[in-house]
Amino acid sequence: MILTESSLFTIFVVAYLFYIGKSLNPPYPWQVLEFPWLGSLFLFSSSGTVVAAEHKLKKGDKAGFELWWLITALLGLAFLIYTGTEWYSLIYHDGLTLSTNLFGSTFYSLVGLHASHVLVGLILLTLILVASVTGNIKPRHHEHIEMISWYWHFVDGIWAVVVTVVYIIGMQH
Amino acid sequence: MADPTSTLREIGTELKPAPPGHEHGSLTAWIQDLVFTVDHKKLGFLYIGAAWLFFVLGGIMALLIRTQIAVPNNHLLDGETFNGTITMHGTTMIFFFAMMMVFGLINFIVPLQIGARDMAFPRLNAFSFWATFFGGVFLFLSYIFGPGLYGMGAAPDASWFALAPLTSRAFSPGNNIDFWSLGLLVSGVGSITGGVNVMVTIFCYRTKGMTLYRMPLFTWLSLVTMFLIIMFMPPLSAAQIMLVLERFFGAKFFEAQAGGSPVLWQHFFWIFGHPEVYILVLPAFGVISEVVPVFSRKPIFGYPMMVAATVMIGFISAGVWAHHMFTIGMDSFSVTFFAFATFVIAIPTGIKIFNWLGTMYGGKIRLEVPMLFCIAFLFQFLIAGLTGIMLGCAPFDWQLNDSYFVIAHFHYVIVGGIVFAVFSGFYYWFPKATGRMLDKRLGTWHFWVFTLGFHLTFDPQHFLGFLGMPRRIYTYQEGRGWEFLNMLSTIGAFLQAVGAILFIVNMISSARKGKIAGDDPWDAWTLEWMTSSPPPEYNFEQLPEVRSRRPLWDLKHPEDPDWKFE
Repeated sequence: MILTESSLFTIFVVAYLFYIGKSLNPPYPWQVLEFPWLGSLFLFSSSGTVVAAEHKLKKGDKAGFELWWLITALLGLAFLIYTGTEWYSLIYHDGLTLSTNLFGSTFYSLVGLHASHVLVGLILLTLILVASVTGNIKPRHHEHIEMISWYWHFVDGIWAVVVTVVYIIGMQH
Repeated sequence: MADPTSTLREIGTELKPAPPGHEHGSLTAWIQDLVFTVDHKKLGFLYIGAAWLFFVLGGIMALLIRTQIAVPNNHLLDGETFNGTITMHGTTMIFFFAMMMVFGLINFIVPLQIGARDMAFPRLNAFSFWATFFGGVFLFLSYIFGPGLYGMGAAPDASWFALAPLTSRAFSPGNNIDFWSLGLLVSGVGSITGGVNVMVTIFCYRTKGMTLYRMPLFTWLSLVTMFLIIMFMPPLSAAQIMLVLERFFGAKFFEAQAGGSPVLWQHFFWIFGHPEVYILVLPAFGVISEVVPVFSRKPIFGYPMMVAATVMIGFISAGVWAHHMFTIGMDSFSVTFFAFATFVIAIPTGIKIFNWLGTMYGGKIRLEVPMLFCIAFLFQFLIAGLTGIMLGCAPFDWQLNDSYFVIAHFHYVIVGGIVFAVFSGFYYWFPKATGRMLDKRLGTWHFWVFTLGFHLTFDPQHFLGFLGMPRRIYTYQEGRGWEFLNMLSTIGAFLQAVGAILFIVNMISSARKGKIAGDDPWDAWTLEWMTSSPPPEYNFEQLPEVRSRRPLWDLKHPEDPDWKFE
């Protein structure tokens, strides 16, 4: 499954790289993009908290598990909010939309695809949290929890690629 | 996850045969059973049934196309309808006949061959089928809703690989392309989930003692196919998402006026499109690798090489896509690279052909109907491969790209290769699936009529290509020397239709009153022949520990078992 997703993302990354610096009209990436320090901080640290949560569950500490799990979900939510404000300012302040130019098309499709994965992860995290609070998660479920945590790490790893491609490389054009 | 093999054996011993409450009294009960089933055998039937349905629809389109260009200046179809017909013919045959047929065969056979109770995720399996099926239904709805509010366009008409500027709003103002892209997106999801399912099944649910190197070759080839599906379906989905974004939200991916590149679409499409050929042909190789040894009464020649060649094909197929694009003006390095990769992929394919011949060599060949189709397959697939190498030479391709030579080449692959293998597999496994043999006399007729029709249709098309007839033209003028060959080709197409009808008649009549098959009518060696025909819902009551590649041979010949020599 992760293989499939990687393949899907690869195509969007290739499209972005292929079209970088080929837009015929402004705004260009260097004019409007800002490095997403805050968003990256939220997302990368959430990978750590999810590991902490898993650890607690393995030890049978349910309250600790729920706490770390909640923090992970909140960090994910904070990331989405950050992306939302970034997009808001891009759309209303800089006038960049999906149909403005090639940069707009590739930027929104790649970052949007990633954000939709964060959203799916967030829903999964919330479901687990609800299940845990209502007492349906036991330490023996830890294999299933591990799958979700893998998915979360994957989304995180993709963000590292997206940051490199969209922001670090993109801002030079 | 609990150890699957132990669960399997528990089920084998504890389950009572024929669970009660499953009598199909009425039609509604039968339909309900089909809709809600999660059994891999019934889903296999559903896949195969849907595939034949789409085969008939695609076949009717093929006949329309052939009738239109049988004579010069024909006006049976106008240009636009003709474009719609070729697009729908290609899309239907590739995505909804061949893909569903592949999945149907794999669904039915693989769990039986590895001695599993069912697929790893039975409900996901049902989801895959219905997603793929509704993708196909959605595509065909374009005939009704395609014109859109403004009444422009009908069926998708940008050819089956939907070249980029043709699909933009400016050139396709109706809804037809949307039906194409969304339908394929949905069916792509079905294929990917199906691929994951089969892969997990093969990795985790093999019976006791069946190591990877004791797996039947059909299962091996299915495994590699599934790898290709989960690696290379997503690029298509991604490209479809871009197309949808472009058509609905004004994104600029493939629009040249905004600096976008129509060539990028071609790259994305063929990154999927070429491995797709191997997705379809590897299971066909699998069928041949099962049928040839059984009907030559010899174990397969060079099993490890067969597996290695398959894996090699899987890898190399990722690096040959741009040989579909030699004429778009690539730089000479890319052209050389893709031409070279194309030649390299011929090597493992050649290894396979030699191994099949090596299996037949010195064997006691039984000319039953499945074997007839296999022999024709070997002959035709060889020619298909040779014309493929010819087209792999870039200068040759510059001359003949988009001509009827290309049409002849890939129809040799898909009809002469895949469809023949599918027929062979049908005659081979039909007794297992239904408990009755397909009629041999009718089958032989089917074989000869279909083979004759096939050659009459596609052999002349090679020469039409040399004579300069381009593909996708809906009519042509007199006096170009194309009339006679086109007429031959059309007659051949109708002969093929007669052959296909014979086959359908054979299936229906044999399923009702064919000869009773028994568990193992072909004296074969793989596990699916151990259980009854048709297999019970739980597949196996008991399974022996597998100790070689031919577990049934070991059972039948305890004095000379295979595992002594492996």
